[in-house]
Amino acid sequence: MTTSLTSAAPPPVETKRAASTPPQRRRSRTGRYAIWFVGPFVLLFVAMYIAPILFAVYKSLFRIQRDALGLGGTQEIFDPLFNYAYALGDEKFISSIGRVLLFGVVQVPVMLALALGIALLIDSASARAKGFFRLSSFAPYAVPTVVSALMWSFLYSPTNGPMGQLLGWLGIEANFLSQDLALWAVANVVTWGWTGYNMIIIYAALQGVPGDVLEAAKLDGASPWRTAWSIKVPLVRPAILLTTIFSIIGSAQLYNEPFVLKQSTGAIDASYTPIMAAQASLQAANYPYAAAQSVLLAVGVAVLSVLFFRLTSRRSS
Amino acid sequence: MTTSRTPVVAETPGDRPRHDRSAREGVARKRSARKRSARKAAAGTRGAGKGPAGGLRGDSIETTATSRIAVTAVLALTAVYFLFPLWWLFVAATKDAGYTFAGSPLWFSNFDLFGNIGDLFAYKDGIFAVWTANSALYSIVGAGLGTLIAVATGYALAKYEFRGKGVLFGVVLGAVLIPKVLFTLPLFLMFSETGIVNTYLAVLLPSIVSPFGVYLGRVFAASSVPDEVIEAARLDGANEGRIFFGVSLKMMAPALVTIFLFQFVEIWNNFLLPSQVLISENLRPVTVGLVSWNALVQAGQIERHMVIIGAFVAVVPLIVAFLSLQRFWRSGLAAGAIK
Repeated sequence: MTTSLTSAAPPPVETKRAASTPPQRRRSRTGRYAIWFVGPFVLLFVAMYIAPILFAVYKSLFRIQRDALGLGGTQEIFDPLFNYAYALGDEKFISSIGRVLLFGVVQVPVMLALALGIALLIDSASARAKGFFRLSSFAPYAVPTVVSALMWSFLYSPTNGPMGQLLGWLGIEANFLSQDLALWAVANVVTWGWTGYNMIIIYAALQGVPGDVLEAAKLDGASPWRTAWSIKVPLVRPAILLTTIFSIIGSAQLYNEPFVLKQSTGAIDASYTPIMAAQASLQAANYPYAAAQSVLLAVGVAVLSVLFFRLTSRRSS
Repeated sequence: MTTSRTPVVAETPGDRPRHDRSAREGVARKRSARKRSARKAAAGTRGAGKGPAGGLRGDSIETTATSRIAVTAVLALTAVYFLFPLWWLFVAATKDAGYTFAGSPLWFSNFDLFGNIGDLFAYKDGIFAVWTANSALYSIVGAGLGTLIAVATGYALAKYEFRGKGVLFGVVLGAVLIPKVLFTLPLFLMFSETGIVNTYLAVLLPSIVSPFGVYLGRVFAASSVPDEVIEAARLDGANEGRIFFGVSLKMMAPALVTIFLFQFVEIWNNFLLPSQVLISENLRPVTVGLVSWNALVQAGQIERHMVIIGAFVAVVPLIVAFLSLQRFWRSGLAAGAIK
């Protein structure tokens, strides 16, 4: 690009220094400068992303050996596959993965349908007070997830939480923190927090739908429903796919919400989600196993992301 | 990549996201145009009996009263869902100690908001103020340094040619897709070997690195700093550092605010990292502090209403920041969506 620009630069300036700095030299000169710009980031990235993962991989290759009496003395023995084999047979870890998959399969579509619906409604010609509705759904994004989980845990509380009271007026009786509903109570906290964020992304894309396309649809006699489904939704598909990827990744790292709700209910145990399970291994001072679980999760999420990215970018291009 | 092939990409080589999007939209537009012409043929007879369709007045496509009411009613329902928990938190925070769950959950009674806030900051010699100050420190320093580093990197990715550029950008994109939470436990393992655990640095260092910031920086540098300006500054004899700090950063000012805000909120909201790498109470940010209080509520060692007031106080500055800086949010999210 530097080369093509030099030729496009205004001629008088061009002649002044053109001879002293041929394009070829200039490019290598700016290339030399680039290190000062990217250096700090690369250094920190290697130290805070790459190094810990490599260290975790290394750590995961050892097996904890407690002495026969279990009196504190532990030893780490090199046994590269032990922790990984153990993880695959660890019922709690496997079921936490299953739980999060179930969570993602239900929560992600519900949340995105809600986000898409709200975005389409606000974008529609019939909507009033657009600014207010956009802000109201986005407001929960400003609330730290931990705080929103605390807030909902009070709202859910079966003894004095207002949710029971409010639903009571509607004649519904439900304990959100019971064994059956706890996962969906978590799903509701996540949906509450992230719908607005996804809505804004989709809404921004909707704003980019060219007006003449909509006018043409109107001229053709397409109803607002029809316009939304057949024209707007296909046009914002890249944004919908993006929010889908982000939401799936978000489910994989589910931690804050169940961790906080766990303080209010026995229905959520210490290894409710994969990340919680890894934390539980850490609490049990089994660092190599915690490392192995983390490595498995990171690899799993990376593979999932790449697969999804490939799949979607192929389809949308 | 260095030379532009089509007029669409003529702006800058770093502008690929935009190019991708326009290409994609172009395809979509063509597709829908094809559909449209097919539908036009079918609609010809259907639409005939519909009477006068009304003139097209720009974007103000005519609406009926019923559709306006229906749309507004549905949107109002969603607004209730999103706002009532916050409203409840506000109302509950104003209730006097011991009356938190008394009266209507959604209306004021025994109003004592300021007394409550006084209690909150007085508890345990003002530990809550310490936590808030810590959150501010982590967020401001982390996001400040992080924004500068991210923008410099994004700028280099957009404006310079150097070896490994493609690899670097690929790694950044990959890191955007893998959540930070997954790196927290490995970080803790590494930190506990190096003795950095339980210091401000243990939270700050990982917080500074922001791949999403780099991505946004690249998008914004490509779109708001014209190559001609850089080139002109070079011809005037300015070195690359002067150009970046004196010219390019100024042109990217709105982008800097956006990146700073995103990172600020990410750090302010972070829970797992600080809860893991910090031990002493005095280093905690407000999120970790509140959850530790909530654990004590179950043990009966602190009143639940303290947690509620604390949650309310922790949320207010963020909501205010959001409302006053909306423009920057939207531009950041829109840039993210362009991908």
